[in-house]
Amino acid sequence: MPWHYIARSMRGYPVRPPESGIARRKSIWERIHIDPWLLGLLLVLMGSGLIVLYSASGQSIDAVIGQSVRFGIALVGMVIIAQFSPSTFLRFAPLAYGVGVAMLVAVDVVGDVGMGAKRWLEIPGVIRFQPSEMMKLAAPLMVAAYLNRCELPPRLRDIVVCGVIIGVPVVLTAIQPDLGTSLLVSSAALIVVLLAGLSWRLIGFIAALGAAGVPVLWMNMHNYQRQRVLTFLNPESDPLGSGWNIIQSTTAIGSGGLWGKGWLQGTQSQLEFLPERHTDFIIAVLGEEFGLVGMLVLLCLYLLIVSRGLWMASAAQDTFGRLVAGSIILTFFIYVFVNMGMVSGILPVVGVPLPLVSYGGTSSVTLLAGFGILMSIHAHRRLLSR
Amino acid sequence: MLKRPNTLKNSEQELRIFRVRALLAVLVVLTLAGLLTGRLIYLQIVQHDMYSTRSENNRVRVEPLPPNRGLIYDRNGVLLAENRPTYNLTLVRERVDNLDETLALLVDLLELPEEEIEAFNVRSRQRQRPFQPALLTSDLNEDQIARLAVNRHRLPGVEIEAQPLRFYPDAEIMAHALGYVGRINAEEMETLDAGRYAGTHFIGKTGIERFYEEELHGQAGLRKVETNARGRVLRELGRTDPVPGENLTLTLDKSLQMLAYELLDGRRGSIVAIAPATGEILAMVSTPGFDSNQFVTGIDVASYRGLQENLDLPLFNRAIRGHYPPGSTIKPFLALAGLVEGVITPDSTINDPGYYQLPNDSRRYRNWLRWGHGRVDMERSLAVSNNTYYYTLAHDLGIDSLHEQMSNFGFGQRVAHDVQGESGALMPSRDWKRGRFNQPWYPGETLSVGIGQGYWQVTPLQLASATATLANRGHWVKPRLARQIGDTPVPRDLPETLDDIQLASDSWWDRVFSGMEKVISGTEGTARRTGVGLEYRMGGKSGTAQVFSLGQDQRYNADELAERLRDHALFMAFAPLEDPQIAVSVIVENAGGGSTHAAHLARAMTDAWLLKDEAPDVEEVREVLEEDDANVEGN
Repeated sequence: MPWHYIARSMRGYPVRPPESGIARRKSIWERIHIDPWLLGLLLVLMGSGLIVLYSASGQSIDAVIGQSVRFGIALVGMVIIAQFSPSTFLRFAPLAYGVGVAMLVAVDVVGDVGMGAKRWLEIPGVIRFQPSEMMKLAAPLMVAAYLNRCELPPRLRDIVVCGVIIGVPVVLTAIQPDLGTSLLVSSAALIVVLLAGLSWRLIGFIAALGAAGVPVLWMNMHNYQRQRVLTFLNPESDPLGSGWNIIQSTTAIGSGGLWGKGWLQGTQSQLEFLPERHTDFIIAVLGEEFGLVGMLVLLCLYLLIVSRGLWMASAAQDTFGRLVAGSIILTFFIYVFVNMGMVSGILPVVGVPLPLVSYGGTSSVTLLAGFGILMSIHAHRRLLSR
Repeated sequence: MLKRPNTLKNSEQELRIFRVRALLAVLVVLTLAGLLTGRLIYLQIVQHDMYSTRSENNRVRVEPLPPNRGLIYDRNGVLLAENRPTYNLTLVRERVDNLDETLALLVDLLELPEEEIEAFNVRSRQRQRPFQPALLTSDLNEDQIARLAVNRHRLPGVEIEAQPLRFYPDAEIMAHALGYVGRINAEEMETLDAGRYAGTHFIGKTGIERFYEEELHGQAGLRKVETNARGRVLRELGRTDPVPGENLTLTLDKSLQMLAYELLDGRRGSIVAIAPATGEILAMVSTPGFDSNQFVTGIDVASYRGLQENLDLPLFNRAIRGHYPPGSTIKPFLALAGLVEGVITPDSTINDPGYYQLPNDSRRYRNWLRWGHGRVDMERSLAVSNNTYYYTLAHDLGIDSLHEQMSNFGFGQRVAHDVQGESGALMPSRDWKRGRFNQPWYPGETLSVGIGQGYWQVTPLQLASATATLANRGHWVKPRLARQIGDTPVPRDLPETLDDIQLASDSWWDRVFSGMEKVISGTEGTARRTGVGLEYRMGGKSGTAQVFSLGQDQRYNADELAERLRDHALFMAFAPLEDPQIAVSVIVENAGGGSTHAAHLARAMTDAWLLKDEAPDVEEVREVLEEDDANVEGN
C-alpha cells in the first residue's frame, strides 16, 4: 500500500481504499507512482552516458561500474521520493529550506575548503556533502509553497518575499564561492516565479537591473572566477592554463565532423585532451567520437525528456504541483544548455556537469530526486477533481 | 487592480497563466536548442576541416620553457649555487605504447636502480596535465646518453631533456645556510601556480633556496610547436621567453664561513658571525655538514638513512634550531638589564662567600669557585664570571622584568629577517611555566635563569644577534642573509625591529664593554689565554652549558664523564671594542670549559675578519687548542 495512504490514515484522514469508488483499475506504474515514459527516457540517457563514459575515462570499466552503482542508488532514491504525495513536499518545503539555509551558513563558518572554495560540510566519518546541492530543490519548493498560498499573478509584495527567499541561499552559495551552483539555484527558483506569472514589466525591469549589476559582480568576483571570464572571452590568452580546456574541447568537437571518428577512436579524447574529460567536458568526447549526429541524438533525447516533463507539469492539478514540476524540468534543461554551451565555447566555463552523463554522484542524486518529485506530482492526481 | 482575499484562488486564471508561460518556456527551450545546434553545425560541418587538420595531422602543442634559477653569490661575488647543464630522461606517458615494457627496457639499458622506477611510479600517479613530460631520472652520463640514442626507435615517448641542475660547489660548508632544492612533491604541486612552474621539476626545500623561492625561480615561458602524430616537433610557431630568476647576493663571506667550518673540525657545534652595524650575517655554520648536492637529484635510501641515523645529526641545523642553555654567556645582558632597571650601578658590589642563599632557604646556590671571589663589582663579575653576583642580581630583578629585558635582546623569539625554519628557542616566564607545567614560578628558578641555566634556551643565531645588539650599544638591527636581490639591495631598515635599549648614562656601556674586555685581556679573565698577542681590543664572555645537572655538593671531573655528557662550551664576543665590526657566537657541543675551546674559535673568527691575511691560519689555531686541551679549567 502506498506510503501516503498510511501517512494519511495515521493523521486521522478518512482513507479511501485504492480500488473503491469510481476509480478505474490502476496499472502497475500508477501503483508505484512512476511515469514509464519518463523513466524509459532517463534509462536510455543514462545508458548512452555510460557508453561515452567508458571511452572518456580511458576505457576504465571501474569508472563505468562505479557510475552504474551511483545511478542505481539515485534511481532507488527517485522511486522512494515518488511515493510521497505532493502535499508532503508542500508541508516540508519550509523545513527543508530552513535546514538548507542553516547548513549553508554552517559551511561558510566551518566548511571544508576545496579548490579555493568552501563547499563541503562534513560530519567526520559519517557523511560529507554540499548543502548547496540540496538547495537546488529546496529553494524552488519553498518559492512554490509560498506562491501556492497567494493569489496569482503574484503582487509586488509577494514578489519581494520571493526575492528574499531566493536571495538568501543564492548569496550564501555565491560567497562560498560557487558561482555555478549559485546561478542554478537562483534560476530554479526564478523559473517558479516566472511560471507563476511575473509581470512582463517587472521582468524587463529586473533584466535592466541585472545588466547594471554586471560591473558590481565583476568587482566582487574572486580572481579565479575573473580568470575564467577573461579566458572565455579570449581562450588563447592562457593556452597553458584555463584556456587549454576550451581550445581542446572545441578542437575535439570540431574534428568529429558529421559522423565522428568512432567509439574509442577520438584522438583528442584518447590522446591529448583536457583533464576533465570524463566530468564536465564529457560532451566533447561524444562530439569527437560520434560527430554531429551523435550530438543531435543526445540533444533530442534531452528535448524529449523536457517535453515529457513539461507535459506532466501542465497536467498537474494545483498551482504548487505545476510550479514545482515546471521548475524542475526547465532547470534540467538549463543544466544541459549551460554545459553544452560551455564545452562548445558559447558560454563561459562555470563548472556545471552534463546531467546524467558526466561522471559523479552528487548531481545525479539531486537530478533524480527532482524527477522523483515530478513523478509524485504526476502520479498523485486526484482523478475526479474536474 | 481589484483586490480579492487570498483564500479565493482563481484556479482557471492560474492555469491559464501557467499554460501561457509554459508555452513561452517551450519556445525558449527550442531557441536555445537551436542555438546549440547552430554552434555544433558551425564547429562540426563548417569549420570541420580546420579542426580536423589541427587534430589529426598536425597537433599544436604548447610546451613550457622553464626559467633558469637565479644564482647565489656570497658578499664578495663568489658563486655559492650555480646551475650545471645536465641531461634528464623524461617520459610522456600518453605517447608510450607499453609503459611497463618501456620501463623495463630503460632499467636494462641504463642500469637504473629499482627505487628510481618506484619513485617514478609514485610521482606519475599524481594528477597531471596530459602530454607533460614526467621526469624519470636526472643527470645522465655520456655513456647512458649514447645508449639511449642508439635505441631511440624502440623508445617512443622517451626524451632526453637538457636541463640545468642546481649545483653547490661547497656543499658541506654551505648546506645549512643555503639550503637546497629538490624535486617538487605532490603537496607542493597542489599549491603551486601551474603556469609559473610549468616544466620546472625543482623547488627550494630549505634555507635560502626556500625563503627566496619566489625571487629565485622566475617565470616559465612557453612555445607553441607543431608536432606530427607521434609527437615529434616539426616546427615552432611562436614563443614567449621565460623570465629567469633573480640572482641573489648574500651577506655571507665564503672564506669566513669556510674558516668557521674548519675551526669546528668535525665536532658538533655552530658558529654564527654578524656585522653589528648592518645585521649582515657573515658566517652561519652548523657542523657536521652534509652534501646538499645529494638532495638535488634525490638521495638514495641508504645514504639518507645513514644521515638520519648518524648520532651527530648532520641534517640538523644547529645554528638556527639548536636549543642550548646559554650558560654564563648571558651575564653581560643580565648586567645591562640590572643597569636599565636600576637594580645595580656599575659600581655596586657584593661580597661573595662562594654561594648564595635565598632568604629563609637553606639551599646554597654555588659559585663555580668554591671559596668565593670576595668583593665583586660589575666589571669583575664579568671577568671572573662570578655566579653569586648574578644570583643576587637575578633575585633582585625578579623573573618578570628579567623576562622583559631579555626579550628586548631577542631571546625567546625568532630574530632574523630571512632565515627559513628558525626557532625562537625559549625565554622562560611566569606565564610560560603556568601554561607548560601548570605550576607557579619558584624563586630558585629565577636564580638558575640568572646564570643562563634552567629552562632558558638560546640558538647560536640568537646569541650572536644579541651580542650584535650589545656591540651596537643597544641599537637593534635585524639579522639578515640577503644583501641584494637582482639589482635591488635589501633595505637596511626592516620592519618589526625591537626597541633600542637605553641606559641612564652612555658611559655605562663602556663599563660593560670593559668588563667583557677583562674576560679576555684581564689578569683574572676566564678566557685570558685567548687574549695572548691580541692586536685589537675585544670583548667577550665565556659560558658552559651543563648537559646534565649535578647534585648541589658534587664537583665533577670532565674526564670521568662520557664524551657526550661533557658540558657544551660557549663563547660570545665582539671586536674591536671602539667600533665593533663583528659579533660572534660559538657553541661546541661536549667540549668542556667555555673559557678554552670556544674562546679560541671566537678569536680566530675575529682575527680573520679584522686582520684579513695576517690572521693565523687554521693549523696555528689547532695547535693552540691542543695545548689548552691538556689542562681544562672551570669557567
